[in-house]
Amino acid sequence: MAQKPEIEDLSGDKYKYGFTTDIETESAPKGLNEDIIRLISKKKNEPDWLLERRLKAYNHWLTMVEPSWAKLAYEKVNYQDLFYYAAPKQKVKPKSLDEVDPELLKTYDKLGIPLKEQEVLSGVAVDAVFDSVSVATTYRTKLKEKGIIFCSISEAVKEHSDLVQKYLGSVVPYTDNFFACLNSAVFTDGSFVYIPKGVRCPMELSTYFRINAQNTGQFERTLIIADEESYVSYLEGCTAPQRDENQLHAAIVEIVILKDAEVKYSTVQNWYPGDKEGKGGVYNFVTKRAACRGDNAKVSWTQVETGSAVTWKYPSCILQGNNSSGEFYSVAITNNFQQADTGTKMIHIGKNTTSRIISKGISAGHSNQTYRGLVKVSKGAVNSRNYSQCDSLLIGSTCGSHTVPYIENENRTAVLEHEATTSKISEEQLFYCLQRGLSEEQAVGLIVNGFCKEVMQKLPMEFAIEAAKLINISLEGSVG
Amino acid sequence: MTNKPILEIRNLYAGVDDKEIIKNFNLTIHEGEVHAIMGPNGAGKSTLSHVLTGKPGYKILKGDVLFNNKNLLELSADERACEGLFLIMQYPVEIPGVSFMTFLKYALNAKRKYIGQSELDTMSFMKLVKNEAEKLGISQEMLKRAVNVGFSGGEKKRMETLQMALLKPSLAILDEADSGLDIDALKVVSGGIRGLLDGKRSLLIITHHQDLLEYIEPDFVHVFADGHIIKTGDKNLALELEAKGYTDFIKEAKC
Ligand SMILES: Nc1ncnc2c1ncn2[C@@H]1O[C@H](COP(=O)(O)OP(=O)(O)O)[C@@H](O)[C@H]1O
Ligand SMILES: [Mg+2]
Repeated sequence: MAQKPEIEDLSGDKYKYGFTTDIETESAPKGLNEDIIRLISKKKNEPDWLLERRLKAYNHWLTMVEPSWAKLAYEKVNYQDLFYYAAPKQKVKPKSLDEVDPELLKTYDKLGIPLKEQEVLSGVAVDAVFDSVSVATTYRTKLKEKGIIFCSISEAVKEHSDLVQKYLGSVVPYTDNFFACLNSAVFTDGSFVYIPKGVRCPMELSTYFRINAQNTGQFERTLIIADEESYVSYLEGCTAPQRDENQLHAAIVEIVILKDAEVKYSTVQNWYPGDKEGKGGVYNFVTKRAACRGDNAKVSWTQVETGSAVTWKYPSCILQGNNSSGEFYSVAITNNFQQADTGTKMIHIGKNTTSRIISKGISAGHSNQTYRGLVKVSKGAVNSRNYSQCDSLLIGSTCGSHTVPYIENENRTAVLEHEATTSKISEEQLFYCLQRGLSEEQAVGLIVNGFCKEVMQKLPMEFAIEAAKLINISLEGSVG
Repeated sequence: MTNKPILEIRNLYAGVDDKEIIKNFNLTIHEGEVHAIMGPNGAGKSTLSHVLTGKPGYKILKGDVLFNNKNLLELSADERACEGLFLIMQYPVEIPGVSFMTFLKYALNAKRKYIGQSELDTMSFMKLVKNEAEKLGISQEMLKRAVNVGFSGGEKKRMETLQMALLKPSLAILDEADSGLDIDALKVVSGGIRGLLDGKRSLLIITHHQDLLEYIEPDFVHVFADGHIIKTGDKNLALELEAKGYTDFIKEAKC
């Protein structure tokens, strides 16, 4: 008898995660109070101004309520039951890749990640930590020549205190939202980038980052400053499954873009999504925002989100400068019991500001996905334009997909366009591919990649190839 | 023409849900033969092509199908394709965002992998496609476009023929391959298909009128009604059928 694969069957998925770590941590006691915050600040040798900010944020946070407007159902976090400070101290590292979970290695192979990088990613204690140090040093020297600063935020707090003090919290104030406020009180580390006036960053800030981004922690804080006429393309994350025991992630990314400068920020997020039954998995509550402060400033967010159990994320653009522009390109894939409420905010303030939103959502299994986007045009934003396109692709009939566009327009000269579609992978499409010899997995991967093409094209080349494979992998096993 | 059978359908019963559409169907196709199955609308011709190529949604109730001596019904749709069974679709489906070039590469490499050959490198692949495309009057620009998106009926069939040329099936089934084609397109497509006949490759042409058969001459013509073949003849049978019309012909045949 011929096999009769049902479309329903596309929904099951097996995550190629299977990683246990032996990290012994030097932890502060559980719970959150002023003393814990003082401890974090002290451990990190921070200046007083930062401690004061942290305490202010903490006291404000106490007055806030966790938001519930998103279309997300999850068991609320008990914030007093978390560790807020844990210095990772790895005791037993795998000695070679032979000791690493073969499933994880298989995924690395499928993604085409070179052996050396696999070692670093899986935490192998290579002595010559594959020259990750020397590679990093090479990069650093090159960047330094141009006056570019790229370091951890902790380091920046000490070495570039003036810049940090001026810009940290200037795009996302601690009062912004519940999770951002918590982050402002307890953030542990993250990255800092400064591109000086007139400098074009000669490389994607990526390879470097990936190699070094092992323990980013649960309250990550990133600050990027693009001075006038500068340019940088920044890549966050990694297509390889991120090992992580932390359930809650509440990161902040702030980007400041001055006159005539441009920033491209790309993310690939593949954190543990929980198991097939929806147990476990990361809660990802991120606040990402870019402010185009000067005229002609440009920002573009590109994201490929395949991981996490719960995602709450709206990378936004504040278009203050005249002629400034913001773009948001997003692919979000949810499977099994994953939930994602994601989108963007485009705030038009300056004259002739333009924004573009392309969102592609793919839902499978019992997952639930919402696109939530705000386009706001203020009174002074003469001749502003927005184009939004939100497409959803459903795999199977047990998943949900929703589109919630908000438009607030206070200026009659603005031109706002919105398009939305919902479609399914059809049996006809699948059969056509199969009839030409493609396996079902290949067929689904190809169809989904085609659906996301517009967004994938925005990713830097090296990332795009891996991300395309990641899409296949995250839908893999979901067939047949 | 050799005497080696490629496809042997024996006593086949198949349908959808509770509905039996194919009943006691028998047919043997040998290497190099061109067969035509003609029948009225709704007779079950497309059902037959789908059952043979493994499209989901059909029930096989009884019978055997051997393809190159393998039990065809045990293979999945993609395995059947890789074994050398090709279906020129009546309505080739659109796949937005996936260029024909990419699609062809996936298809060709899937087949190569299946038969134990290594994947073609990009250069040789491009050369191969370019060569075959030229013969069918397919431009480079068409190859860059998304699979069947915005293609005319004729262009779609031309692209189907190109895929057939690249995948070199041992048996190709044409389901109403001429529908939606004007005379010029019909000539190009049938010419393309004829060009692929090398004395070993076989064709099963499914159609409800005989236009296409003027361009690709069949060795056998079968009349399909009531779920099976009620009469077999040569190409003259097609003409007779066309002259009498299905209703009368079937009535006569039953007497
Ligand atoms: N999926 C289906 N569900 C129900 N009936 C079907 C289905 N597919 C085909 N049929 C029925 O089976 C019969 C044969 O259809 P088809 O094979 O398309 O005929 P033909 O190609 O000869 O015109 C028709 O009566 C048609 O309505
Ligand atoms: Mg038909």
